Amino acid sequence: MLKQKTEKFLQALGKAPVGFIVNLGYLTQFIVKSVYNCFIPPFYIKLFFRQFLNIGFYSLPVVGLTTLFAGMVIALQTYSGISEYGAESVVAGVVLISVTRELAPVLSALMVAGRIGAAMAAEIGTMRVTEQIDALVTLSANPYRYLIAPRVWAAVLVMPLLVLFGDIIGIFGGYLVGVYKLGFNPANYINNTMNNLTSVAIVMGIVKAAVFGFVISIMGCYHGYRSKGGAQGVGEATTNSVVTSSILILIFNYLITEIFFSR
Amino acid sequence: MADNKIEIRNLHKTFGKKCVLNGVDLDVKEGESLVVIGGSGTGKSVLIKCIQGLLTPDEGSIKIDGKETVDSNKNIHEKMGMLFQGAALFDSLSVWENVAFVLLENGKLSRKDAKTEAIKVLRQVGLTPDVADLSPAELSGGMQKRVGLARAIINKPEIIFFDEPTTGLDPIMADVINDLIIESAKGLGATTFTITHDMASARKIADRIAMLYQGKIIWIGSVEEMDRTDNPYLKQFVSGSSQGPIKVEI
Repeated sequence: MLKQKTEKFLQALGKAPVGFIVNLGYLTQFIVKSVYNCFIPPFYIKLFFRQFLNIGFYSLPVVGLTTLFAGMVIALQTYSGISEYGAESVVAGVVLISVTRELAPVLSALMVAGRIGAAMAAEIGTMRVTEQIDALVTLSANPYRYLIAPRVWAAVLVMPLLVLFGDIIGIFGGYLVGVYKLGFNPANYINNTMNNLTSVAIVMGIVKAAVFGFVISIMGCYHGYRSKGGAQGVGEATTNSVVTSSILILIFNYLITEIFFSR
Repeated sequence: MADNKIEIRNLHKTFGKKCVLNGVDLDVKEGESLVVIGGSGTGKSVLIKCIQGLLTPDEGSIKIDGKETVDSNKNIHEKMGMLFQGAALFDSLSVWENVAFVLLENGKLSRKDAKTEAIKVLRQVGLTPDVADLSPAELSGGMQKRVGLARAIINKPEIIFFDEPTTGLDPIMADVINDLIIESAKGLGATTFTITHDMASARKIADRIAMLYQGKIIWIGSVEEMDRTDNPYLKQFVSGSSQGPIKVEI
């Protein structure tokens, strides 16, 4: 009796890490296949542009709004934190650095993960459970090239553009608060912003954006591709895709920052 | 045997602890219509997916035209067509783009010519050209099956697979689909491999019937032989009785 109970307990204990390792194996295999097939013709240009438009253009309002308010709140926080030392000129620099290096890439990526990663998982997941992916194979089309490659290419290429857009809007948000609420001189604010503008900050933001685009599309496609069990399975795939890509975005954000700082 | 289109030997497939195929041996002759019958969960779909290369068997051999397909990198789908249980039409494409998918994919025809060809095949399966530009979601179940059939036959395949072709259809529509299956297969001279648990459909389209039970083919023969059989499993399945050697797991 005791032996049986111990066995059951140990089995339950071992199930989670074994499951994790198995899933990690599937994910690695999926990433390798996806990346390989991104470079193998045929290239579905029309599908690529459809995704490009969907991820990029239709995410502009969400990304614009989030970065606008992020820039505004940073300006306000910085001012309230350091105004007693009379360092108002620092506000423009802090807004610029925090928006371009951190806020625009991370917030845009989290928004796109919620909007696009979830949609990818749901669409591909539905295709999986309704046998449309099997149908693709029987019609001699490679699902990795037809479904995954256009999404990965579109996400990796459009995310940097979205982040550049977010940079401009975020800095503009800081400007609005600085000039209209805190009463700074507009010319001085723009001057301070330009003085602090470095190519490293922009490049770091763009590199982050491209990596996040890859993470979002791969996680969305992976969870959709492996979903099973009807509507419930697709629902789980959608949730998992958003949760895992959000966590990975924050982890990669730290790692990329660390790499840039260690140079 | 040169006249065997498909040769399956000792096919095994296990999912976790569940053994689904447990040594399937089956031959499908060139040009014949073979129907595999069996209860739900007996591994019919797994069998068809293994032949199509959608699942890799754990053990055994599948030869098509005498060539091994298990673990082979060759594209075996060019000579095959498949009608899926739920039709599996692509939601993001229109009806004609679904039908002409293979033609558009291999790039041999322009979009205009591919559409003309798709409309021609849609007519063959009894659909009018005005459905061509609709989305699959706008079609009824029976129409979706017809579009699925059109997609399966447009490339003039040598082997056509039918996965539960009449499931979810009313008896009259089911019979229409059966007729279409027979017509299109005869028209192309194709070998057909059907899995179903609809006995009316099986009787109508089969040259030979095979019964799959507990992962093995337990009986194979013609429709007439099936009616005269003493095999208790087959007799129970054909009569649709809950009493007999086949126990339903509830």
